Amino acid sequence: MGEFKVHRVRFFDYMPSGIRALAFNQDTERMAVARMDGSVEVFHCSDRFFQEKIIPGREQCGIEGLSWVGERLFSAGLNGGITEYDLTNQKVKYTIDAYGGPIWTITGNQQGTHLAVGCEDGTVKLFEVNEDQIQFERNLDRQKSRIISLSWHPSGSKIAAGMMDMIQVFNVETGHSIHRMLADRGAGTSRSKECVVWSVVYLSDGTIITGDSVGMVKLWDDQTGTLIKSHNVTKCDVLALSVSQNEDSLVAGTSEGIVVQFQFVSMVLEKDDKEWVRTRTFRNHTHDIRAVAEITTAVVSGGMDAQLVVRPLLDKIEVRSAASALRKIHFPHRRLVSCARKSGLMLFQYPGHLELWRLGESEGKGTPGSSLFVKRNPEKLLQLKVKGEDHIRCSAVSPCGGWIVYSTASTLRLYRLHCDNNNISITKISKLPKVLSSANQLCFSSDSSHLFSASAQSSVHIASLSQSGCKFVGTLKPKSGSHQAIHLLAASEDGKWLASANSDHEVHIYNLQTQKAHCTVPVYSSAVTAMGIHPATNCLFMMHADQQMFEYSIEQKQYTDWSRTVQRKGLHRFWVERDTPCLNVMFNPQNPSHVILHDMYMLCIIDQSLPLPDDKTQFYNQLTLKSLTEEQRKSQSHAFKVCKTFKDILCVELMPDQSLVVVERPLEDIATQLPAPIKQKKFAT
Amino acid sequence: MVETSDIRVVRCGGSKVNLTPPIISSDSRFVLCTSGDLVKVYSTRTEEWLHSLQGHTNQVTGITLNPANHLQVYSCSVDGTVKLWDFIDGILIKTFVIGCPLFAIYVSEKHTGVLFLHVSMATDSKNECFQLVSVHLPKSAEQEVEAKEMSAVSSHISKNPSCTAFGRGGEYIAFARHLQLNVYFFRKQKTYSFSLKATDKKGAKNAFTCIACHPTDDCIATGHEDGKIRLWRNFIHKKEYTYSTQHWHHNAVNTLCFTPEGTHLLSGGIESVLVQWQYGAGNRKEFLPRLGGSILHISASSDGQLFCTSHSDNKITVIESSFKVCGVIQGLVKGDAVLTDLMIDPRSKALVLNGKPGHLQFYSLLRDKHLYNLDIVQQEYIYEAGLDQFEVVKAAFDIKGSWLATVEERGKKSSDLEFFLKLWAFDERTQSFVLNTTITAAHTDRIISMCFSSSEETTMLVTAAEDSQFKAWCQGADADTQQDQNFWSCDFVGSYHKLNPTNCSFSADSSLLAVSFQEVITIWSPDTWEMLTTLCQPPGVIRDLCFGRLSCSKYLLGTTTKNLLCCWNLLTCELEWSTSVDVSKLQPDPFSENVAAFSYQSKHTDLFVFKPSEPRPLFTNKNVCSEKVHRAVFVPREEPLNSCDESTQWLNRSQLYFLTQNMDLLTFSTATEEDRMLSSSKQLVIDDSVAVTPFYLLLGKHRQQQQKLNTQSHPVSDKPQQTQGSVTIKELLHTPAHVLPAASVLCSMFVNSFLISNTGVQQDPLREEMDSEKEEEDSEEEMEACDSQQELRAQGSVDEVTPKLSKAQERELKRVRKTDFSWMAGLIDSKP
Repeated sequence: MGEFKVHRVRFFDYMPSGIRALAFNQDTERMAVARMDGSVEVFHCSDRFFQEKIIPGREQCGIEGLSWVGERLFSAGLNGGITEYDLTNQKVKYTIDAYGGPIWTITGNQQGTHLAVGCEDGTVKLFEVNEDQIQFERNLDRQKSRIISLSWHPSGSKIAAGMMDMIQVFNVETGHSIHRMLADRGAGTSRSKECVVWSVVYLSDGTIITGDSVGMVKLWDDQTGTLIKSHNVTKCDVLALSVSQNEDSLVAGTSEGIVVQFQFVSMVLEKDDKEWVRTRTFRNHTHDIRAVAEITTAVVSGGMDAQLVVRPLLDKIEVRSAASALRKIHFPHRRLVSCARKSGLMLFQYPGHLELWRLGESEGKGTPGSSLFVKRNPEKLLQLKVKGEDHIRCSAVSPCGGWIVYSTASTLRLYRLHCDNNNISITKISKLPKVLSSANQLCFSSDSSHLFSASAQSSVHIASLSQSGCKFVGTLKPKSGSHQAIHLLAASEDGKWLASANSDHEVHIYNLQTQKAHCTVPVYSSAVTAMGIHPATNCLFMMHADQQMFEYSIEQKQYTDWSRTVQRKGLHRFWVERDTPCLNVMFNPQNPSHVILHDMYMLCIIDQSLPLPDDKTQFYNQLTLKSLTEEQRKSQSHAFKVCKTFKDILCVELMPDQSLVVVERPLEDIATQLPAPIKQKKFAT
Repeated sequence: MVETSDIRVVRCGGSKVNLTPPIISSDSRFVLCTSGDLVKVYSTRTEEWLHSLQGHTNQVTGITLNPANHLQVYSCSVDGTVKLWDFIDGILIKTFVIGCPLFAIYVSEKHTGVLFLHVSMATDSKNECFQLVSVHLPKSAEQEVEAKEMSAVSSHISKNPSCTAFGRGGEYIAFARHLQLNVYFFRKQKTYSFSLKATDKKGAKNAFTCIACHPTDDCIATGHEDGKIRLWRNFIHKKEYTYSTQHWHHNAVNTLCFTPEGTHLLSGGIESVLVQWQYGAGNRKEFLPRLGGSILHISASSDGQLFCTSHSDNKITVIESSFKVCGVIQGLVKGDAVLTDLMIDPRSKALVLNGKPGHLQFYSLLRDKHLYNLDIVQQEYIYEAGLDQFEVVKAAFDIKGSWLATVEERGKKSSDLEFFLKLWAFDERTQSFVLNTTITAAHTDRIISMCFSSSEETTMLVTAAEDSQFKAWCQGADADTQQDQNFWSCDFVGSYHKLNPTNCSFSADSSLLAVSFQEVITIWSPDTWEMLTTLCQPPGVIRDLCFGRLSCSKYLLGTTTKNLLCCWNLLTCELEWSTSVDVSKLQPDPFSENVAAFSYQSKHTDLFVFKPSEPRPLFTNKNVCSEKVHRAVFVPREEPLNSCDESTQWLNRSQLYFLTQNMDLLTFSTATEEDRMLSSSKQLVIDDSVAVTPFYLLLGKHRQQQQKLNTQSHPVSDKPQQTQGSVTIKELLHTPAHVLPAASVLCSMFVNSFLISNTGVQQDPLREEMDSEKEEEDSEEEMEACDSQQELRAQGSVDEVTPKLSKAQERELKRVRKTDFSWMAGLIDSKP
């Protein structure tokens, strides 16, 4: 496997933001997630929950609700505006003000014709969804207190609204209230404390299900407006409810961090008198669950502890596989760290600022596993705050360490970094070419002479960098295909090739010398999570979300023999069953047959010269190999060498001096920075 | 010596009443439980043992009410028969011979004439394999029929009978084994099975421990080893089945039971807390804590008004549906081990041994009834495995029964040993033992042996401990303390060459104290505390010591670990005789010269009864039992037997009880004795079939008389001829003594009963009766020392008779009660 000196970096204080809302689109199998910082992410549910799209948030933009209307995504927040997103280019399309004060909830009807928002001033506002915009239609009867939650009847003729202390049912045609149902404030609590109906679900058979701050899940009949049944779920709040597509299962998320499932089962077998019965309890969160969604085969929940938990429902799954395992998504599936390999600088991307650090130095040599004496401590050189309200979408530092570039939704900024000994200074390059106004992904060429900026329509702009400034060189456009935004760029070491991957799984290769599209890699069904071009052979190595790997020879425009062998023999079961995507592909110049990969839990070196493991061989064989003699070791070893020494890895980079930089962010550290959870009495404490 | 056949070993002290779930009769008046090879019938109201259903020849393993007739009960036994009883009259109706050992019985209303039984499948006993079979009962008028029409339902059966249950209306049967739950539908003849993982990441132990099915809904409740309760639904689908989990018990759930309406689920475990879960309302639950031993079974009456729980301390608790304990049926408490010796309380002649944790139990052998528990440790016992808690390890009574010495100990495994020596005085007023002195550091190490001096005048306690000392304790009149409070203090500390003492014993007249130090026996004079002599007979450490009694009082007997039984003559200080026998327990009879020695050889225990003066044993019984015997006691008889047979003579004045390692209390009984017992038991049956209500008091008395007159003509009736006054006599004799009014009141009633009644109003001394009733209440308070439950009930019954009424009303009521309404009874009788 080889020995490396490792910089174990733990000074990147990345803090994921809490999850506020979830919206599931059944047709496209996409899950939209809104976070506390206003960012919206789109996960592909059938592609191992890969994070396809990230739309960065803004300051002061608290999203309270998310809703799909067809393939369009809308959000509303406490700033009183309704926002539609341009998912192709991963940015905000427009925002219009609802003029009703802060908006607590937004929901679209199943027909896809209207959006309803619940406002602080007590109005439910209906918006008509048009081709390109939404338009205010009318208000329903105004109520005295704020509207916390809304749910359309599947027919679209009625709306149930959860408010303070009560639930109202509106007729959409007339706009008048049909029923008013009072939610009691609970026996144990003080009478003065209001009961907040946090969540409401309207079923097609006329049952209205509510979750409230008293900790009850209540079932109401909309014909009579009476309570059918109530379930005491928790002592604190029931914050979120979600019903499955066929309305036979309901999940409720509580502020204790538990998800409770209710199922609509017949009390006497083979008869039709069904009842909602509390069945399972899932405990995967430590903090408040702010949003739950029951999708076809799983329960997805998210909350204050900023992790997205996908809990599979085994009774709905036909075949058990790695795709249907319990999944906890902590980190974004994008790189937040870029590394200036030649000068030992690290650039950390936070939502509102960038940090530049110089790595420490050590002396002496140690035995494998021991820690070395640190001669020079790592040093924070720079903190760069973003101008404006937008959050950073992408950033990069050039390999030579002389340039820093970042882009928000509206602007792109390029800085020249001067670094002589201890004096650090940066100068902003003021005159940027017009085309470089915003970028989806940024990348420098390996000699730091060019900047590649991925922008709209899947195109890549090239700018040449020199002492004098930045000059636009040209635009690379794919010959055909979709216009989805590019999320990965990889430039070759010799400066000849550039590869781009977009969210439609297309990988285009451009010849930088001719500035023409060279070829397109055959489209694979799963998204590309990481790719790199081999410095010696100029082969493109791609990792996919379903853990498959491909090697494509750029010059020959075909998959390499090794790649074909991998596909023919198949990958080891343990490799395919990993649940986090690979986020970086590196090559070791000392040993051209080595490919270095990493995901959140491990670091792996693939030795292409060794035989591939089949399902019978021991996959994690590092310890057994150690105990064997030199001779036996040869027969036992296989191509995959996995190192699990490091945990919660955000980024791994290979430096030119054969040292590895491993950026870790331990989940325990994140947990300590979270607000205190609700105090619970635990047995034997 | 010829072994006589008329002496046989019998079990006594009742067998386990907690082996199977108790059942409550449909009118909630009787509780039935299995006890050894009997089925015992108790009254729920008085907790009295009414009678037992005798007939099985081996352990009864299951009872269940006949669904077709609620006055009948089926019982199954290891002897391979199912018997049908009328449990009210205790009549065996039918015997079905199945032919193989049966371990549990289940019936359902839907399957009339079919019994479901657990039978053992494998022939070798190593891997026990059980099968659930259904047996069609042949319709035949004969008393004993063979039922051979068997069909197997499943072979995936746990040996735990609570892992099988009938579902809604007998539509299906659910049974679990290890990690698999199976549901068999009778109509479809199809089994659905669901399995759980053995453990999950958090280390949950998912093995099934019990099952209960909801009476009206299709919901199966299962209990698990880690204390979880799962409610399964939708179990006709392979995949879409679902369950919800509830977790309160911290250890395995032993039993589950749905109430007949299905509104609640009851569960119990080692915590000895009865938990009532509201069905369908998630985790809303009620608790009834501190019920005693861990709960093994729960059953509910068919009207849901009463619950019964059986506990590991051989107890059945009757609980009202309002979650109030209303009765306790207590058998002989058998813990894991008896640490104290078997003792006889000289006052009550009750057997005293370890009972509930931290308690001494007093058990009347004569009436086979638990009397009361004496709390020695006086600390709350925590029902959790692995905790080191105080336990009573030694106890001793003085000869008059006015003093009780106890030693409680904690820290058997750990090095920090903690123990207390407590002395209890008998309080005449409360009729109970009251703590007199607690000695915290009596010795510096564990107390090995303890005995009271047997003289009548002075009581002295000698303790020998591992700190190589023995101490004598006297009731000293300390100048510092008040005169009337006499506390115990150390009188003398003795030791011998720093050797650890092993045993101590007083001679019958208390003139000598023998203390054994390893291999040496030292004889001391308790008056002067002078060591008189030493006796030594190596090899082997002295284990047991006892002085001979009466004519043999010059002998001292000792046993050693090297299998020697030695007898010294104290007059000559020489060894009289010795024999090589491995004696595990040496027990002298306090009323005769006899000494019983239990010896354990080649996997069975032999008993020798001998006189120290005679080398020939009086009685030998080979193979008394297969376990080692460490505890034995001679219990004096109430009235001595007059047996002249040489082999049974030693049982004339006292009876030998002994406890095996399996916690079976055994005794020897003679043929004559058994005959007498049998005849007396017939007379003792109490007619409890009619509830005592005010109407019963007014009318039932006369109705009963009428009935008895009717039965007189009946030829089969074996009851003696009724006399005019027999009702009153019967009332006198069969009312528990503590609820009887004073004798002065009874006297007039008694005399009145002999008179020919006239229709006029009787002039009763009302005033007098009022006073006497007050007295009665006073006397009841005095009795609080005994069973507190009993006392509670007694007060309850007093309340029943006098609900809050003004004095005038009360007097009026009494007058009415005294009025003869026999004319009315006549009217009522003539009506139908």
